[in-house]
Amino acid sequence: MALRRFDIEAGGDSFSFKSETEEKIAFWRAKYPADRQRSAVIPMLWLAQKDNNGWLSEPAMREVADRLEIPYIRVYEVATFYTMFRLQPVGKFHIQLCGTTPCMLRGAEKLRDVCIEEIGPGMFVTDDKRLSWEEVECLGACVNAPMAQINDDYFEDLTPESFRNIIAKLKNGAEVHPGPQIDRINSGPEGGTTVLTEPHLFDGSRSTASVLPNLPGSLPTADGGGAKGLPAQAAPTNTKRETTEATPATKTTLLPKAPPAEAARDVPGERPEAVNIPVENRDDLKRIKGIGPSNEDALNALGICTFRQIAEWTPANIDWVEGNLSFPGRIEREQWVSQAKDLAAGRETDFSRRVDAGEVPSSQDDED
Amino acid sequence: MSDTFKLKIDGKEIEVPKHYTLMQACEEAGAEIPRFCYHERLSVAGNCRMCLVEWEGAPKPIASCAQTVGDMRPNRDGSAPNIRTKGDYVQKARNGVMEFLLINHPLDCPICDQAGECDLQDQAVAYGRGGSRFAENKRAVEDKNMGPLVKTIMTRCIQCTRCVRFAAEVAGVEEIGMISRGENAEITTYLEKSLTSELSGNVIDLCPVGALTSKPYAFNARPWELRKTNSIDVMDAMGAGIRVDAKGAGVMRILPVTNEEVNEEWLSDKSRFIWDGLARQRLDQPFVRTDGKLMPATWGEAFAAVKTALSKPAEKIGVVAGDLIEVEQAKAALDLFRSLGVQNTDCRPAGAAYGTDGVRERYILNPTLMGVEEADALLLIGTNPRVEAAVWNARIRKSWLWGDLKVGLIGEAVDLTYKYDHLGTGGDTLANIASSDFYDVLKNAKRPMVVVGEGALCRADGQAVLAAALKVAQDVGAVADDWAGFGVLHNAAGRVGALDVGFLPGENGKATADILGGTMETIVLLGVDEMDLSRTGGATVIYVGSHGDAGAAHADIVLPCATYTEMDATYVNTEGRVQMTTRAVQPKGEAREGWAIFRAISGVVGKTLPYDTAAALRSLLQGPEGESTVFSGLGFAPGASGAAALKAAIPAGPVSLQSSRFTKVIDDFYLTNPIARASKTMAECSALTTALDTAVAAE
Repeated sequence: MALRRFDIEAGGDSFSFKSETEEKIAFWRAKYPADRQRSAVIPMLWLAQKDNNGWLSEPAMREVADRLEIPYIRVYEVATFYTMFRLQPVGKFHIQLCGTTPCMLRGAEKLRDVCIEEIGPGMFVTDDKRLSWEEVECLGACVNAPMAQINDDYFEDLTPESFRNIIAKLKNGAEVHPGPQIDRINSGPEGGTTVLTEPHLFDGSRSTASVLPNLPGSLPTADGGGAKGLPAQAAPTNTKRETTEATPATKTTLLPKAPPAEAARDVPGERPEAVNIPVENRDDLKRIKGIGPSNEDALNALGICTFRQIAEWTPANIDWVEGNLSFPGRIEREQWVSQAKDLAAGRETDFSRRVDAGEVPSSQDDED
Repeated sequence: MSDTFKLKIDGKEIEVPKHYTLMQACEEAGAEIPRFCYHERLSVAGNCRMCLVEWEGAPKPIASCAQTVGDMRPNRDGSAPNIRTKGDYVQKARNGVMEFLLINHPLDCPICDQAGECDLQDQAVAYGRGGSRFAENKRAVEDKNMGPLVKTIMTRCIQCTRCVRFAAEVAGVEEIGMISRGENAEITTYLEKSLTSELSGNVIDLCPVGALTSKPYAFNARPWELRKTNSIDVMDAMGAGIRVDAKGAGVMRILPVTNEEVNEEWLSDKSRFIWDGLARQRLDQPFVRTDGKLMPATWGEAFAAVKTALSKPAEKIGVVAGDLIEVEQAKAALDLFRSLGVQNTDCRPAGAAYGTDGVRERYILNPTLMGVEEADALLLIGTNPRVEAAVWNARIRKSWLWGDLKVGLIGEAVDLTYKYDHLGTGGDTLANIASSDFYDVLKNAKRPMVVVGEGALCRADGQAVLAAALKVAQDVGAVADDWAGFGVLHNAAGRVGALDVGFLPGENGKATADILGGTMETIVLLGVDEMDLSRTGGATVIYVGSHGDAGAAHADIVLPCATYTEMDATYVNTEGRVQMTTRAVQPKGEAREGWAIFRAISGVVGKTLPYDTAAALRSLLQGPEGESTVFSGLGFAPGASGAAALKAAIPAGPVSLQSSRFTKVIDDFYLTNPIARASKTMAECSALTTALDTAVAAE
């Protein structure tokens, strides 16, 4: 960490909070009694940074100090103490590359080289103002090392190739997807979950979703995510939330209505044939390697209930489904179509045999 | 539960109050504890770790400054815990701390102004290693701008944060802070803006190393070659204790001397950095105006001219004493002019309405400067203590911050560094004070305090203001047998002393406004430079003073006199505390002490004064043996002993209380007297504050 100073020139003369931020400011300030308002300095600085294109300018810091009636120097101390507050301009997408030991051992140094090649030196902002990067200390995602944080999202299990790919997409304005960049869910094992597969853990009955007002939102998230800053609904990093919102707890025992319009999103590709058949007539899609209970629910919601349907997917269909489920390349990689062809023809695959034998807990249904 | 706790320190059993820190207890036991960050007048930071001591049984050495005795426990057998402040264990711990402190400290003592009076240097002798084991690069820190007074060499900083705590706690102006973290931590002002506190120079004394040093004094002298003289400051009416450090004929610097009752250990920037003004613009020989130009003259020629000027009728001669006049000069001048029959004498150039009735308690600060720490309510009337008595203002702040003092202000609403109730700006507020909420605060206070400043007294209705203020004090119970809570805050060092010798208009005598109003034929100005001298008409003006300022420029005869660092002189501070300056250097050129000039004139005009030495003059002031006068003792403030005199009401005077606002008496803190106006340092500070004011006004 080098010396950190305000970029006075780039900061301009003035700063004002966006009007929609006022609500969040009020929320944070309400947490502290009138004579302890200075305690809100860190969330206030954070909001100011959000409203100032990802960095904290000197006028922004003064605005916070004025609002909380703290001497400037006291706020200055805080702003320079926490590296989370950036004192010079950053790109629209600011990459925080973790360089601490676990990431370093897993190849963070190669990722740094990618950053230098693709963007430039640390804290350098590209001419199009889209990209900048800095090396940071541990971001607490060691299990997915090496990783980087881009704006508010973690991009994990990076390789120089996948990282370069992400940077290229950000440069071109293409969509990128946060989370592990290999075949794993969160920090689960590669290839699919092997433990904690009981659906009730994920159906929302054990958790309540809450939204914090200071969650990022005003900045464009790397994946173009929603205003609340949540990752895209169907992102594989958020299995829990995905099922929470998409499927009620008792869903698998009920006859769902026709595929709800909102379940399908308007994405590139061609929508495959959709059916609506009773649950007992549906195929157990979980016998396909790569489809767990949640994906099965998601597919059902799109009107895909049988092996035959999957077996007949065209490449355009696959694009559409992947777009809806937000896991590019996975269907092809896991060869869902060829598996489905076998299963539709009544044959068995190695995986389906194991499923039928009850050896794959991730493919068990709720009732089991 | 007992309030005290027994400790065994270096084998010596000692019982101390439980609120003591272990460091205080060790010092009580006679042990010396090294420290950098700890300062008894600041909050405890505990970050330098130099004060480590051994507590037998504790797993680690204890930072004694941050360990409260009340939190300690006895040994298992109930005996007092054993503390060792010496020995291998402690020595090794402190050696380690010292080694870390020195890792990044430059080895530049030969070019460091702090060398010779540096805590780090001294303690390195006791705890430092012979050489460094640190082979890596040392860190370097950019120097910071802190204004014209404080020079920074930030690589030397050991991050004790004393300056940060001083600015926040004592000065009340949060301008210094520590930014960044870890190895990159730096002390700075916000974006390197200049310090605006009028107490900022104190961070130089507080800095235990050479990171913050005096900019005007930089590279001027080494501490061991300076002649040190304890004296009294005259830049305001507080009479702060100072040490004048001189080399040869020049004053090199001025430092505060601890006087708990007056200035604690602080000093205002004006008092501290005035010294370059002592060598500039000095009157070092008499001048007489011939053909419209002031020409150098001998004392004989000057006295001849004076004799002519004083041969005018006594009622056409007026004498005004200025802000810096010492008691001896005032006494000698008054004796001389009274013997000539002159009644037009006044020591209140600004025309404040006090002193005429001769009751001393009505023009001094009876509750005393230290009394504000006892007080629980303070009403300031027409005064801004931040510029009129900057160090006292820090004391008010201290009482407000740590005690339960509530402050109310009638007058211009200014930033006093503490919160106050602004009751109003003028006489109408004072007249109707009984209806304000703050009146109840005063009424319910155990030790209410009412302080009037010149801003409220230098007006036509000054006497009515004084009467009304005293009435408020009496009504709220500020005047009791053991508490005299009414006082006047002066801003001129010489005022109380001159009032004490009776330097006021005699029978049918005229006051300053009339003396300077054009009716006189001869006007004698004793260091009066701040007044409008344009209306003196054709009068012959005799100026007696130390600096070539407005008064001298206007004068026909200039008699040079010594200034406060050049003579042993008596000053009475705003509390009525009689104190003496000490001569640190010789008077400039042919300048003489003020009293000696009037003694000489008295010979010339044939009215020889009955004293030949300053000692004889002072013994005359002190009165006969056994008789008690205000000058018979040195160094104490009368305080509550004068309470009885305050119980009577003051007649409201010819003019009734006006509703107009109380104005400020000091426009520019840095330029209040001729010495300050001759100082380059003060000019720089003044320019800076003026520029700041403009910027603020523009926003």
